[in-house]
Amino acid sequence: MIRAEHISKEYILRQKTRSNYIALRDVLASKVKTMFSSSGAGTRSESFMALDDVSFTVQQGERVGIIGENGAGKSTLLKVLSRIVSPSAGRIEIEGRVASLLEVGTGFHPELTGEENIYLNGAILGMSRWEIRKKFDEIVSFAEVDKFLDTPVKRFSSGMYVRLAFAVAAHLEPEILIVDEVLAVGDAEFQKKCLGKMKDISTGDGRTILFVSHNMGAIRNFCNRCLYLEKGRVKADDATEKVLPLYFGLGNRSENAGFVFNARPLDATGEWISGSDIEVEIAWTRGRYAPGWHADIACYTLEGEKLFALQSHTLEGFSSEDPNANGIVFRVRNTGLIDRDLRLDFGIRPRAHLPYDLVVENALLLSPGNKGITHNKVPDVLLVPPASCRSITT
Amino acid sequence: MKRVVITPSNIESNYWKDLRSYRGLFFYLAWRDVVVRYKQTVIGVAWAVVRPALTIAVFWFLGWILGVPAEGAPRIVLVTAATLPWQFFASAFGDASNSLIANANLLTKVYFPRILIPASTLLVCLIDFFISLSLLVVVMIAVGHPPQWKMLLFPLFLGLAAMAAFGAGLWLAALNVKYRDFRYIVPFIVQFGLYVSPVAFSSDLIYAHESIPAWCKYLYACNPMVGVIDGFRWCVAGQDFQFQLQPFIVSCAVSSVMLLGGFWYFRKTERSFADFI
Repeated sequence: MIRAEHISKEYILRQKTRSNYIALRDVLASKVKTMFSSSGAGTRSESFMALDDVSFTVQQGERVGIIGENGAGKSTLLKVLSRIVSPSAGRIEIEGRVASLLEVGTGFHPELTGEENIYLNGAILGMSRWEIRKKFDEIVSFAEVDKFLDTPVKRFSSGMYVRLAFAVAAHLEPEILIVDEVLAVGDAEFQKKCLGKMKDISTGDGRTILFVSHNMGAIRNFCNRCLYLEKGRVKADDATEKVLPLYFGLGNRSENAGFVFNARPLDATGEWISGSDIEVEIAWTRGRYAPGWHADIACYTLEGEKLFALQSHTLEGFSSEDPNANGIVFRVRNTGLIDRDLRLDFGIRPRAHLPYDLVVENALLLSPGNKGITHNKVPDVLLVPPASCRSITT
Repeated sequence: MKRVVITPSNIESNYWKDLRSYRGLFFYLAWRDVVVRYKQTVIGVAWAVVRPALTIAVFWFLGWILGVPAEGAPRIVLVTAATLPWQFFASAFGDASNSLIANANLLTKVYFPRILIPASTLLVCLIDFFISLSLLVVVMIAVGHPPQWKMLLFPLFLGLAAMAAFGAGLWLAALNVKYRDFRYIVPFIVQFGLYVSPVAFSSDLIYAHESIPAWCKYLYACNPMVGVIDGFRWCVAGQDFQFQLQPFIVSCAVSSVMLLGGFWYFRKTERSFADFI
């Protein structure tokens, strides 16, 4: 269990010294300077709150994702929780042994062999020799480096290096595991394996995991709760499904620039399950709709991969000539290949083939239901699901 | 279940408990440095012997042409007994001072009691010292100097040297994190220390000199290595070697103060290491 109460971390930014460490010379010089000037102009410093009054409680067995833009304070928070840096204010209470994995292969020594590094790295992460020996075979087979145990890790490929490093950490048995963006380096297959392993640890033994990532797909799959940091403050702390739309600034319905965007699953379950359709609607609210207007939608994964795009003027059977219309509805089939959240961009143009009049990014979030997913592969970028389009009048 | 409370003034509650549970890491860090030290070298661990051997040869030659008195044992034995502890001190102090910076990646990424890093370098230097001790054995056999019962007191004097090196090393390691100037000060201290320690000369020259005032003699004895080196010499020498107790006590007191002060300063600054390094 972790209970953090009002923790803050303040850094003093030095404007004058460019170097990242302080030289005694500068300290002496500024001391002398301030001695002779009453204003103390020599030490112009500015404080920066990396964490600002952050409070939260994590129960045992929770998998908490920590998300936010670069510089939001995610890594600082993990460092404070790992006792690497001290908070400037506040109080944290932690029950259970903590292991942090803030970097892949911390303390790996390039000259040592794979086997030697397993023992060294394990000790650095807080395992006893006996624990490591017990887990040794498991670690080696997880990392798939059996043949290279006697090779210095400086001769390892970067993939092998990462696998070995993660394998050691994954076989720690702490009550609380703190993981910073470390999986970004491995290939997709290995990332999946790591996340799976972490999930096993958490569900099997009721361990608590704090996980920082920019990979929202991983966050969505892995974490049941999210802590969304912005500029050192907690912006949201809720179930992952509720926090992610907030992070992307989107949801099932949104209004922007005189348009209403809406997504409606047509299945009776209210979910966009495999084989069912969803209706994505763009409605003009300021009455600017005129015959001839067209709309495009582009679908991306949360990781930013573009999956497919639909254009109303290329879809068969759509005519935008209805004078009473004030919107366009796309109807998209979930073929069972779409297994992840999609975010939608909209583009609106006054005539087919003319440039966009308006582009709205991140307008909607589509969450396919879990039922009936047949494939679990990365969706083919070229795969466009069956779709149709019509005008609406309200 | 283990329970930790983190507040701004205290991020290492259970310090002593943690020290115990991380003792494995202490040995692994030392083991890493030992294994890595002589990787990709041709003569390997022989370097631990070659360097002191050359130094001993030079000091023996200097002492011979300058006519430094050598009582109770052949000159080469006395020079060896002085050079080995000095080299231990110099490397232990130097390595401990640089240890935190050399392991900056660990400091910023993992928690463990920071004192393990300088402590493990001390262990590495001790191992080197024991290897180099073989030189003394070789020299004593070669010149036919009989082993002395007093040599069983080696650990006492070695402990004193370790205290001094660790105490000073803790100070400089902690200061080095914030002020990199100390990186340049350390080699200077080591070089300066060699001149004021009785490696190339003998303490008797100082104590017996009539025109040196008494307070200067005490100042001289404040160098902990004076007590250590005189102690080592006394151990290997025969009956007619005079051991000066008073300066030895001064050396002991100074190194105790250095150790306690170093530990205090290290503990005080420890929690901000990751912020400054």
